[in-house]
Amino acid sequence: MLLLIQYTLIFASVLILVALGGCFSEHSGVINIGLEGIMVMGALGGALMMKFLPAGTSAPVIILLVVLASILLGVIYSLLLAVAAINFKADQTLVGTAMNLLGTAAATVFVKAMNTAESVDNVSSTIQYIEPKKAFLVNIGSFEFNWFMLLAFVALVLAYITLYKTRFGLRLMACGEHPQAADSVGINVYKMRYAGVLISGMLGGLGGIVYITAGVSEWKFENGVAGFGFLALAVMIFGQWKPTRIALAALLFGLFRALANVYTGFDFLTALQLPSNVYNMLPYIISLIVLAFTSQHSRAPKAEGVPYDKGMR
Amino acid sequence: MKKEKRSLLRNKGVQSLLAALLCILIGLLIGYVILLIINPAGAGEAIKTIVENFLYYPSPSAQLRYLGNTLVKTAPLLLCSLSVLFAYKVGLFNIGAAGQYVVGAGASLYCALGLGLPWYVCLIAAIAAGALLGAISGVLKAYRNVNEVISCIMLNWISLYAINTLLSNVKEGASPYTIQLSTGNPGAVLPSLGLNELFNGNRYVTIAIPLSVIVAVVIWVLLEKTKFGYELKATGYNKFAAKYCGMKEKRNLILTMVIAGALAGMGAGLYYLTGFEQWSTTQSSVPAMGFNGIAAAFLGGLNPIGAVFSSYFIQHITSGGAYVDKTMYSAQISDLISSLIIYLCGFVLFFKTTLDRRLDRRAEREAARAKAAQKGGEA
Repeated sequence: MLLLIQYTLIFASVLILVALGGCFSEHSGVINIGLEGIMVMGALGGALMMKFLPAGTSAPVIILLVVLASILLGVIYSLLLAVAAINFKADQTLVGTAMNLLGTAAATVFVKAMNTAESVDNVSSTIQYIEPKKAFLVNIGSFEFNWFMLLAFVALVLAYITLYKTRFGLRLMACGEHPQAADSVGINVYKMRYAGVLISGMLGGLGGIVYITAGVSEWKFENGVAGFGFLALAVMIFGQWKPTRIALAALLFGLFRALANVYTGFDFLTALQLPSNVYNMLPYIISLIVLAFTSQHSRAPKAEGVPYDKGMR
Repeated sequence: MKKEKRSLLRNKGVQSLLAALLCILIGLLIGYVILLIINPAGAGEAIKTIVENFLYYPSPSAQLRYLGNTLVKTAPLLLCSLSVLFAYKVGLFNIGAAGQYVVGAGASLYCALGLGLPWYVCLIAAIAAGALLGAISGVLKAYRNVNEVISCIMLNWISLYAINTLLSNVKEGASPYTIQLSTGNPGAVLPSLGLNELFNGNRYVTIAIPLSVIVAVVIWVLLEKTKFGYELKATGYNKFAAKYCGMKEKRNLILTMVIAGALAGMGAGLYYLTGFEQWSTTQSSVPAMGFNGIAAAFLGGLNPIGAVFSSYFIQHITSGGAYVDKTMYSAQISDLISSLIIYLCGFVLFFKTTLDRRLDRRAEREAARAKAAQKGGEA
């Protein structure tokens, strides 16, 4: 049971971070389908940092550097979306899809090249980080506390304050609702949208490293992040683009995702003798059902997905 | 002479072609730079290998045989790209082609190996399965306002796990692969009608290849020359206007997804029923075919006939990627290049409007100059 809570919390942390990322981007008016690719890139940055840090590094330094590496890579990668969608008025769904494919392909090519360079026989796309990963964990009894859980909580509080209590947040949301009106009172819509996308890159990248360190100690980059970026988008829609609701939705989805990892620990679940694939499917099925019931009256930012053109009124 | 050239550049088809070539060129160039960064020694050789693909083999008979292999994989890719472009014309982004492809593969292989049915029934099963999955996304979009991109992605993963479970029933003893089609049920292999002889006896070359091109033509006719296609496109432009005109916009949405799904499902049937590849029941990621279909659709300028050529090109470099020197690079370099090409396709609209604007400006200037000259002549 404790294990279930632990996994639920860590997967919910991933979903909270990434969904908040999507939330910032969409409130500024840019749909970010590319979160999945951003997660892969962030995960790659963090994993590389863990791999190359010298063995004796102290835990707080490891945490800080890994987080920074993930954020950095996520932000840089999200620039691809920002430039295409804001400056070149590209189709945001198309660019986001390309970023998802590109993220996995680029990470695979890079990691494989690195592994082969180390030893010619190693053609896998896996990075191991058993030792440095321990820096993130604190054992409280049999419960494995992960610093990322705290980080996700802090991000949640900060996101709430930023969006609703600061001038920046309110302006950001204005750009997603009615950019022309925002422009008319002197807000630079292009800058605000850049801010929104880059913040989503930051949170998405962070979510990526949390995801690949949740439960495993090595990651095969060929698999990308297995649709987690899209689950986060479903969480965001279910959470109606509001941070507090997103957190609750993330907990629910995290629970179902965690079940896939730990269902063998429950006697009544093993007694059902369902194939493990059923549990793998569960988060996706639940999200489809949930979306079917919540999308009808969805309150998406009005101008999302529409490129802003100063000349148009 | 000059006037003729200008009108040529204004032609939408020419613009699309130019844009596609530009995307390919830039994509290959960036790919080359990445190869250079990884290992400068073999980069030139590697990019040449990718572009050459089957020409990598020295003897013409081997070349012909491997050209056949590339074509065998082009047929499903073409259908996936048709699926994506058909939906896109109606304003839907069918990222679910991948999942529809998965259920198509599952249905055709299960009918062939589990139920022992002949090839035409298996193919119809593949089409029906894809259509059904498409219908789910369509209904969710039309009646529950669920974004089709999200629902398609969820369905992609659900289909993958479901098909893995289903096909575990027809796999070879200890291996994770499904039974070879030629031994399990030879009657389910698509007929070749002598086409294999053209490719140096490559037995995987079947009617799938000409069939896929025929489907492309049918889709073109459907979209451009029929009332039904016009209605669908009108719904895509503005569904409220379409509704106002008395079109059934919900029915059109669902029907679009059904057709798109059927196309992707058929693609899977046309591929797995050649026996070229066995399904691995432990695969943990959705096959790339559907996603490459997005690349092919946009690279082909969202035109069914353009898709024939772009599908071939994408498959050409994907197959070529398998030949690069594995001690230096990985086969995924082709995925990298094709995803770069999709990304660059995002800039096509910008390219076209800039080109048009520049041509406008030049025409204006010329008109002004002509006027000035005329005035000068009068005075």
